[in-house]
Amino acid sequence: MAQGPSARRGRGRMRLRGLIRKESLQILRDPSSIAIAFVLPVILLLLFGYGVSLDAKDVPLAIVVERSSAETMSLEASFAYSDYFAPQHYTSIQAAERALEERRVDGIVWLREDFARHLLSGHVAPIGVIVDGVDANRARLIEGYVQGVWISWLTQVSRALARELPMPTRLEQRIWFNPAVSSTNFLVPGLIAVIMTLIGAMLTAMVVAREWERGTMEALMVTPVRMREILLGKLIPYFILGMGGMFLSVAMAAWLFQVPLVGSFWVLTLASALFMLTALAMGLLISIAAKNQFVAGQVAILISFLPAFMLSGFIFEISAMPQVIQWITHIVPARYFVAILQTLFLAGNIWPIVLANSAALAVMMVVFLGLARRKTHKRLDA
Amino acid sequence: MSHADAPVLRCQGLSKRFVVGKRLVQALTGVALEVRPGRVTGLIGPDGAGKTTLMRLAAGLLVPDAGTLEVLGLNVIREPVTVQESVGYMPQHFGLYEDLSVQENLDLYADLQGVPGSERAPRYEELLHMTGLGPFTARLAGRLSGGMKQKLGLACTLVHPPRLLLLDEPTVGVDPVSRRELWEIVYREVEQEGMSVLLSTAYLDEAERCHEVILMHDGRVLGTGSPKALTAPMQGRSFLVASPEVGKRRIQTRLASASGVVDTAIQGDAVRLVTERAETPRPDTLWSGGPQLDITPVQPRLEDAFVARIKATFKDPPATRPDPAAPTSPGTVSDEAVITVHDAKRRFGDFYAVKGISFVVRRGEIFGLLGANGAGKSTTFRMLCGLLPASAGELKVAGHDLRHAAAKARARIGYMAQRFSLYVNLTVAENLQFFSAAYGLVWARRRARIDWALESLELTPMADTPASDLPLGYQQRLALAAALMHEPDILFLDEPTSGVDPLARRAFWTRINALAEAGVTVLVTTHFMDEANYCDRVVIMADGEILAADTPEDLKARFRSTQNPSPTMEDAFIALIEGHQQAA
Repeated sequence: MAQGPSARRGRGRMRLRGLIRKESLQILRDPSSIAIAFVLPVILLLLFGYGVSLDAKDVPLAIVVERSSAETMSLEASFAYSDYFAPQHYTSIQAAERALEERRVDGIVWLREDFARHLLSGHVAPIGVIVDGVDANRARLIEGYVQGVWISWLTQVSRALARELPMPTRLEQRIWFNPAVSSTNFLVPGLIAVIMTLIGAMLTAMVVAREWERGTMEALMVTPVRMREILLGKLIPYFILGMGGMFLSVAMAAWLFQVPLVGSFWVLTLASALFMLTALAMGLLISIAAKNQFVAGQVAILISFLPAFMLSGFIFEISAMPQVIQWITHIVPARYFVAILQTLFLAGNIWPIVLANSAALAVMMVVFLGLARRKTHKRLDA
Repeated sequence: MSHADAPVLRCQGLSKRFVVGKRLVQALTGVALEVRPGRVTGLIGPDGAGKTTLMRLAAGLLVPDAGTLEVLGLNVIREPVTVQESVGYMPQHFGLYEDLSVQENLDLYADLQGVPGSERAPRYEELLHMTGLGPFTARLAGRLSGGMKQKLGLACTLVHPPRLLLLDEPTVGVDPVSRRELWEIVYREVEQEGMSVLLSTAYLDEAERCHEVILMHDGRVLGTGSPKALTAPMQGRSFLVASPEVGKRRIQTRLASASGVVDTAIQGDAVRLVTERAETPRPDTLWSGGPQLDITPVQPRLEDAFVARIKATFKDPPATRPDPAAPTSPGTVSDEAVITVHDAKRRFGDFYAVKGISFVVRRGEIFGLLGANGAGKSTTFRMLCGLLPASAGELKVAGHDLRHAAAKARARIGYMAQRFSLYVNLTVAENLQFFSAAYGLVWARRRARIDWALESLELTPMADTPASDLPLGYQQRLALAAALMHEPDILFLDEPTSGVDPLARRAFWTRINALAEAGVTVLVTTHFMDEANYCDRVVIMADGEILAADTPEDLKARFRSTQNPSPTMEDAFIALIEGHQQAA
């Protein structure tokens, strides 16, 4: 059969169109795809937007005042005015320590009887601070807030006394890029990475596995379809679905949670597209190894979803991780995307960060897609 | 040789190995064959003979380890995609997209096979007409019956008429009516479009409908030729043996070990006998000092030739002989009713799956429930096991009313489920341990039953093999062993031979016969019509009703006519179903 290249291309297009239409109908009719793409993002966003907050607010704090004075009252008032603390007044350190042990308070600020004298004499550290360290993250936060209150109070006092007071440490605490200091503002952008990983890697790995399980893959393979077309037939619909999930998340972030999008929407879209392709390539790679849905789901959770959740800097600060784990985060694509997202949302188009991370994503995408293409053969024994 | 006569498939020294688990499986060994154009060629052989591997190789889905393979004059190994443009292949489990409609499935395959838009409408119309799917184009494929799904799979394969059509066990699990329709479609394509067809099947009666047959066993070709040519050497070697004095099962048990006998099988009221030489055996050499035997010569069947060839080629053929240690009690069916079903109904919402059926099964009887998928067989079965309460009516098993004493009734029942329900990652011995524990057997009794199972069901060599690595025939025996652990006197078998090859099926029935002979009552569902011949009585069900209840012989006799002087069970079944549909 002689056939010109244009006829061949026409048939290739026809096959691809058929595959995409089939996949789209399946997505529309399968409640679980819709759930993962649209319901799950809403639930996750609501959960993280409203339920999980990494901010410490109204922390119960014991303030031990051994001898009351004008200075101690003024400092106590500073703590009471702060949004972060709900101070409780104690007169002995023993009672306060008991309260800490019983978890009635999360920290103790101890003003000894010589507080006023030390303060004025210029010697250092007239206060003692004890923080409940069970939750290290929260402990550091409380420590920081206590320090903040202490320093601002000192500044006030020194201004009132019109002389320099010795600072315990000259700690300048400023929170950049998140002026509202709200964790929602950095959790919600990070969540977009998690949602796109779910759609790209997990959903895709599972729908390919489903084709093996139900025998549809064998039926597809004996048609003149090319492997490239089968891969594209999966990539294109799920790419659109994933971008849909992304736009939904961005819309919710902006209008429901009032997370500012400082950077450009178009840069965000481009970076998301890059990440989506990387996630899809991971999904296709998983499906080469895992030919049933259960295994595909498990593998996808282990190598894509959990790392995106824990090693991307979305919740846990990467610089606070042990060195080995920090190295591992470099092979987690979500790490680069979370960095881009948080930058774009909270800081704006900071090109060095956006470009460097995008370049890393692009390299991973090319490697994964290339591997997926090379490892999928139109054969049952490979 | 002109182009039109060139073989559509030709292979030389074709070999293929697989690694399954830790075992190396030699699927094909030096296979050489040719498939002629414009014909239906049947690839016949038991499970694991290498039929599917050969099909997949021909479709370019596998690469052989050695040998050459040409399809339509093209080297498949080098040009798989070009071959795939002119070959249609329907895998054993054709992957229809169940969440797409009939029309959407057809559209997808038309797109994939590059059928131009203008050719689609007439082709669709033709295919929908042939398959009878016309009224259902908007229905989701997942909502079709098993037979309709299979026809849709075939239609999808035929959207772009292929020059060579490969069908891998196209009729497994398909009801007789759809099976006949599938064959009509295949023949129509061959006769009108000049298509060449290579189809594999484990049904030997289907093989007889092929123009040419390739017999395969254990990865090798045992013989090729027309069914007639293959059967020719069997001329004068097939007989029916019956006796007015003793039962057919007793005769079979005895004759199977007689010298000069190649094969025995129950057929109707008699025993079918295949001998080594073409001469009528004398009753006293078959069974010296035995009862009077009436020996009638009959026309050989392809099945006789197949079994004879396997036995001649392989020293250690699959077990087809009856268990010589089987008890040889009188074997007469007593009048004691073991299972009584009276006007039983089962309703799901406003749908009646079973619409008031009644029957009685007597001790030592093999009783068959026949019907297509959805006829109500499984629902009846579940009610009898006490797994599903009846909406109305009375069901009694071993004297216990299932409404009040389901547990007591169950203790007397051995149940073998359709998919064998084994623990696939436990070994044979561990499965037996588990099932004996589940039935509450302890110490010496458990030990004794496990030893019995390993020995009498010939599972000892496989005792330490995980169930997942067992051939299907072994899995079936293991499932039977599990059902027999507590020595039940009633045995329920739900589609026990589904997917099992003909030789293993016959061996299985031989065992069941021996159990019935020992007084066990057997209730079996099947959609293999020829298996009805093993039953003492059968009921035929459709749409939750009993259409007929009779002995297989009398049932077939009802449909004897001048055109069809010896109707098969399948003919009888189809006639009953068609009568029922016209009445409805």
